[in-house]
Amino acid sequence: MSQQPGKSGLIFNEPMLWEKSREGRCAISLPKSDVDRVDLDPELTGDAPELPQLSELDVVRHYTRLSQWNFGVDSGMYPLGSCTMKYNPKTNEVQASRQGFASAHPFSGDEFSQGALALMYNLEQYLATITGFHAVTLQPAAGAHGELAGMLMIHAYHAKSGKQRSKIIIPDTAHGTNPASATLCGYESINVKSGEKGILDPETVAAVMDEDTAGIMVTNPNTLGLFESNIRQIADIVHAKGGLVYGDGANMNAIMGVVKPGEIGIDVLHLNLHKTFSTPHGGGGPGSGPVAVVKALEPFLPVPRVVKDLNSYKFVTDCPDTIGRLHTFYGHFGVMIKAYAYILSMGAKGLKDVSTLAVLNANYIKESLKGTLNLPYDLPCMHECVFNDEFQKKDHITTMDMAKRLLDYGFHPPTVYFPLVVEGAFMVEPTETESKEDIDQFINAVKAIVKEAGDDPEKLKKAPLLTKVTRLDEVTAARKPCLRG
Amino acid sequence: MKEINDLNLPDDVKYTKDHEWAKLSEDIVTIGINDYAQDQLGEIVFVELPEVGDTFSEGDEFGSVESVKAVSEMYIPISGEIVEINESLEDAPELVNESCYDDGWIIKVKPDDVSELDNLMNKAAYLDMLKG
Repeated sequence: MSQQPGKSGLIFNEPMLWEKSREGRCAISLPKSDVDRVDLDPELTGDAPELPQLSELDVVRHYTRLSQWNFGVDSGMYPLGSCTMKYNPKTNEVQASRQGFASAHPFSGDEFSQGALALMYNLEQYLATITGFHAVTLQPAAGAHGELAGMLMIHAYHAKSGKQRSKIIIPDTAHGTNPASATLCGYESINVKSGEKGILDPETVAAVMDEDTAGIMVTNPNTLGLFESNIRQIADIVHAKGGLVYGDGANMNAIMGVVKPGEIGIDVLHLNLHKTFSTPHGGGGPGSGPVAVVKALEPFLPVPRVVKDLNSYKFVTDCPDTIGRLHTFYGHFGVMIKAYAYILSMGAKGLKDVSTLAVLNANYIKESLKGTLNLPYDLPCMHECVFNDEFQKKDHITTMDMAKRLLDYGFHPPTVYFPLVVEGAFMVEPTETESKEDIDQFINAVKAIVKEAGDDPEKLKKAPLLTKVTRLDEVTAARKPCLRG
Repeated sequence: MKEINDLNLPDDVKYTKDHEWAKLSEDIVTIGINDYAQDQLGEIVFVELPEVGDTFSEGDEFGSVESVKAVSEMYIPISGEIVEINESLEDAPELVNESCYDDGWIIKVKPDDVSELDNLMNKAAYLDMLKG
């Protein structure tokens, strides 16, 4: 397998469904009605919605062709830093499609939903064990929603203690959604800079932490892919002034089975089931953002909560201090099934191996490419590594040019221009599911592209060249958007 | 991107550490982002402006500029009231790239205390800061 995966091939054009529509064309023939026709009250009727008229084959080809224009983790390596685009085993889909789950109805009531409730209860217990926390809610719809849930609980905690606070500390290596979640709770973000080694210094936190500060939001490992090794000290500083520590667990894929955030001073943590626990995302979602809390925050968890009562399960809502309901029904149940299947398939050792291999793969890429691309923080990384385009500046080649060119080689581009603390960031997260052979191909592709940057820079500026749609005019698209087909 | 020596940094404006510029003329301070900022951001596609009549204190965020690469906040270098905004940026944000000190100005402020401008840098000091 010395060949790169990217190759040109026949790609079909495909018009919009409206353009394929022909009057009277139809995909189904309904049986003759066996009941008498009854006219509805005219107030309840109107013109039928305007829909394209198509055969089944028209529709199948349409979506098959569109899917062939796409790039997914099932077609190639997808090292999109910070997103954990790991392979999603097909058994997860099989379990979620089982009739008992797929046909479950949220109005069936506790009595007829015992299997679904047992799954939710057990999943909460597993996640509590994995993270080292006391209790978990599965309700939030995705990561940022989990952040909001966590921050609402911190807000409720301070309100209950009798004195609300006004500020929250957020380092520059936290996820970009953190300040938004804090702002929605009415907190002012106090931004602090990470230290020279890319992690937060305790002194920096001590300098701004006071009794009007609700706490700190820490992403650990942070967006530079580095472990915040001062977290215990930082937590002690925040706790000493009565604050709480919010942990953004979106990068849990690096430490699962190795570090329990609940044991290193963090009070609230959200998880992304769609990242760490292998459920589809990036267009294949929806996500799920469970939140784990220490005992002191349990009363504030969203309702309904699922509880075990002897050998049966039920929902409870009579929790006086709850922050309330965050989602219709109980959250994204289908995602929970897939994550549960993943945890059971992997087992405790398997989950630890996930993190170990994710970190090994990222370090392998970091070491293999550090002479090729500039590496601003040359430290052992966790599950992702951040390069930039400093070496290519002399050829006027940017991170964007190299990222686009990777598509021609058959790889999804990495995350670019994030995190903001690295100018021209090129952020690679291989995940544990890529083999050494695939990772070597990726490394070779990056080396080949860097060579092209010196030999044939114009080619890179036009890339991608093999995809159905080549370099887009992003500036015109943003300045003069065409919002209708 | 431009080398530091190629930057257009006029002598008759003052500079902030966040790469805005400010210029006093007949009691009104005109503010924009400088050549370094527009060059770093790349092609600007949207400028979020405050409203006339809004008041800000020195250091407050008063708007943002969005390029295809990033969104960047702008911080006001002087306390005061917004008396005019550059409405032509709504349809033509590229003016900030093409003419950041003239047609691409962003806001005009009636300052509370003109002496706050003394805290800003002149060209030489700003260049020293860029060179680190």
